[in-house]
Formats: sequence, C-alpha cells, structure tokens
Amino acid sequence: MQRFSALSLIRHSLGGHLGWQPQWRSPEPKAEYDAVIVGAGGHGLGAAYYLAKEHGMRNIAVLEKGWLGGGNTGRNTTIIRSNYLYDESAALYDHALKLWENLSRELNYNVMFSQRGVMMLAHTVHDVQIFKRHVHANRANGVDNEWLTAEQAKEFCPPLHIGPGLRYPVLGAALQRRGGTARHDAVAWGYARAADALGVDIIQNCEVTAIRRGTAGAVEAVETSRGAIRTRKIGVSAAGNTSVVMAMAGLRMPLESYPLQALVSEPVKPMFPCVAMSNTIHAYISQSDKGELVIGAGMDAYVSYSQHGALHIPAQTLEAICELFPMFRRMRMLRNWGGIVDVTPDRSPILAKTEVAGLYVNCGWGTGGFKATPGAAHLLAWTIAKDEPHPINAPFTIERFRDGVVIDEAAAAAVSH
Amino acid sequence: MLLIVCPYCGERPEIEFSYGGEAHLVRPKDPASLGDAEWADYLYARSNPKGVHAERWRHTHGCARFFNALRDTLSDRFLATYRIGEQRPDLA
Repeated sequence: MQRFSALSLIRHSLGGHLGWQPQWRSPEPKAEYDAVIVGAGGHGLGAAYYLAKEHGMRNIAVLEKGWLGGGNTGRNTTIIRSNYLYDESAALYDHALKLWENLSRELNYNVMFSQRGVMMLAHTVHDVQIFKRHVHANRANGVDNEWLTAEQAKEFCPPLHIGPGLRYPVLGAALQRRGGTARHDAVAWGYARAADALGVDIIQNCEVTAIRRGTAGAVEAVETSRGAIRTRKIGVSAAGNTSVVMAMAGLRMPLESYPLQALVSEPVKPMFPCVAMSNTIHAYISQSDKGELVIGAGMDAYVSYSQHGALHIPAQTLEAICELFPMFRRMRMLRNWGGIVDVTPDRSPILAKTEVAGLYVNCGWGTGGFKATPGAAHLLAWTIAKDEPHPINAPFTIERFRDGVVIDEAAAAAVSH
Repeated sequence: MLLIVCPYCGERPEIEFSYGGEAHLVRPKDPASLGDAEWADYLYARSNPKGVHAERWRHTHGCARFFNALRDTLSDRFLATYRIGEQRPDLA
C-alpha cells in the first residue's frame, strides 16, 4: 500500500501524479475463503478490515453485487452522533464515535471527520421534556449532550430562525458537540484500501444468489453470479437487502425495507456551521465541504427496493428547512435520491450470531447506519472471529423480539417512522 | 408519487392513502397455545420481498376503507388492488 503523506504528495507531484497505484485490487474470486462478507459498504469493508487486522483472518472476501460503497454508504447524509437514550444504544453508538475520532489516522486516509456539533431542535413541550431526558441519560452514560435555550441555539447556529411567527417555534435544542459529519465515500474507500493491503479480496459485481448449508445445517458455501465460493463463515451486511439474503439461508427477519430520501443543493460558500436536525417537523441539514447543503428527508410510506421515492416527501422537508432557515429560501436543489433502509420493529440494529451455524448478521440500522460504521464493523468482525458477540453488541440479537427485551429507540432514531 | 387504484373510488394520488403493511397476516386463533417463537414470528417477522408484495392500504382521505394491493417492490408498479376479504389475485 502506498502510504499517503505530505511527503508522498510532493514526491508524486514531481512525477505529474502518474505514479499512484490503484488503491485496491480487483481479484477473481477464489474457490474458498475462511470468511465471506456479503455487502461492500462501509460496514462490510470495515468488518473485513478488522477481521484481518485484529483477528488475523487474512483469507477473506467481501462480495458486492454492485459497486463498492454504492448502497447506503454513498446515499446517507453523513451525520455522526451517539446521543441515544438507552444504555445499550449509548454504549454501541459511542463505541463507534470513539473509533471515528481516530479513523483517519488508523486508515491513513482522510475521512474528513468533522466534530462540528449536532443540534437537535425542540418545538413542543413534549420535545423539550424528552430531549432533556436524553441529555441526562446521555450524561449518566458518559456521552456528551447539553441543553441549549433558543437564544443559545441561535448563537451556535446563526442561520436558525427563532423569532415569532413560526408554526413550530424553536423552544430550545439538545447539542452533542462531539457529533458531526464525515465524508461517506472516503470511509468506504479508506476501509477498502486498508483491507486490501491486508490481503482481503474485494469482489465487486458479484451477487450472492444462494447460501448452501450442510447436512448439520451449518453454512458451507455461497453461490454467486461469479460462481460458487466455499466458506464456513458468512457475515451478512447488506442493509436494505438483508431480508433477501437471509431468506437464502431459510431465515425470516423482523425487518422491512423502505426508501429513505435525501437531497443536496447547489454548492455555495461556507455558511452553515453545524448539523441541525428537527425531529418534529422533519428536517435535517448540514453543509458538506464541497459547499452543498446536505438535506435529509423522510421515508416513503411503503416497502420498496426501488432506491427512489416520491417528491412530496422531500418537498415537505424543504418547507420545514425554509421555515427554520429563511436564508435558504432561494437555494436551488441539485440532486435527490433514495436509499433502501432496513428497519426493525424497535429501531435498534441486529448485530448477532444467527440460529444457522456460521451465519452472522449486521442489519436493521434503519435510517441511522452511517454513524455506526466503524463500531458496527468492529463488532461484526469480533462476532465472526470469536463466534460470540462482544459485550457491546450482545443485547442486539434477533431473539430479543422473541424474548421481549427490545431496545426501543424510536424516539432517538430522529427520523419519524 | 404513486397512483393507486382504490377498489371503491378509482385512481387517486398516493397522498390520499395510508400504508398498512404486509397483508394476509392472520392473527393466531389461539394465542395462548403459541410458543414465544411463533408469537414473535407473527408480531415481528415480515416477508419483505424484493418482488411481488401483498400489502394493505387505506384510502384515508377518500372512502376511508382498507383494501389490499399487489405491488412489485422493485419497480413500485401496482399489479392489482382488491377488496378486503377477497382472495389474493393469481397474477400468472
């Protein structure tokens, strides 16, 4: 792997930048691997990286039906935060946030992680009460979160309109200063490059079509569009397509897949300092380093795999944005797209072993998987390598629905479902 | 936006409707006799198919009646809508 540094940049500039090598190989699939990860998004590539780096498993492959990072990794609004309500979730998301804080150095790849602060706006008395409860619960769990008055929120984010006349007035906000954004593509590329350097085969345009199980029920192989691959361990990290992949092993999942829409504006000069989210009137917004406003809209109402949705969903979000930030009223929107998010009944993920020996799953992140990328990857690798969950992901089983120990984060998931 | 054919009112825009999730999930007749796994399967597991999906819709801002639909979840194209109580249409 060619390491990136100021020195290497200068050296290659002297050669007209012709000396850079591809950041990862495109190998043919081998007949057998020690482990196969299904899905080359940030979560899957990261899991392969941690399997190779921390658990010494080098003979592994990541299979991707499309292109690397082309699913939800490349379709989200890049928001990172860990201010979830329950102890289990706080531990899980803060584990990820701590890994984010050192990720660029770890991968020798600038993921442009920026802790500019995530501010969640309260518009009703109920919002105020629930956010204050979140602030206290978070602080008891060692997760930073603080309450701001409307004036303090305005000071932190000057474009915010807190004056009279708002249909849903800003009554205050919860601010997590350690939250922020990162460059989503760079996360996939950084993990891919680092995993490839450790010998992981990343195989794109390779769709898993079947999972073969032996007489004892354990997984034996995956059939793919590029031939059969033998393996005794399969980690499924396929986001919206998880139900489809798991059905190949005969498992029914507590998941539904919905389109979640986002959009970006034309790029403009830096003018929006943080991430602002409004749960109640449904809008969230930040400005990318390219200058585009990155705006998260809602989910469409129905189960779909179409990766796009209807215009009334983003239109409603833009109405909320224009109300909260009147200076954006004349901005033009550039692109609008959808990603397919897999939603669990309790809005918490599933990161666990399954009843099928050798089959592991990381799914159900719903509308908020990007923020968890390094944490989910790290814990999936642990679970695959040791055939048992890490204490942090131990509560996030499939069986929690059977046993009645759900982790209901519908309020903290921010996107109204 | 989807155009949905309500079996009572005809073709109307999606914003008149509410989505009701997967159709034909029959509540177990004798829940007390079910094990935890079967009960959880009824409550939480969904087929979530990539392809034809039988689902409930309600024409909330119209006739307010529930009905069922078959829709391709990859193209979002409606293949059929039919009234509650009617058999799922055979598309073949």
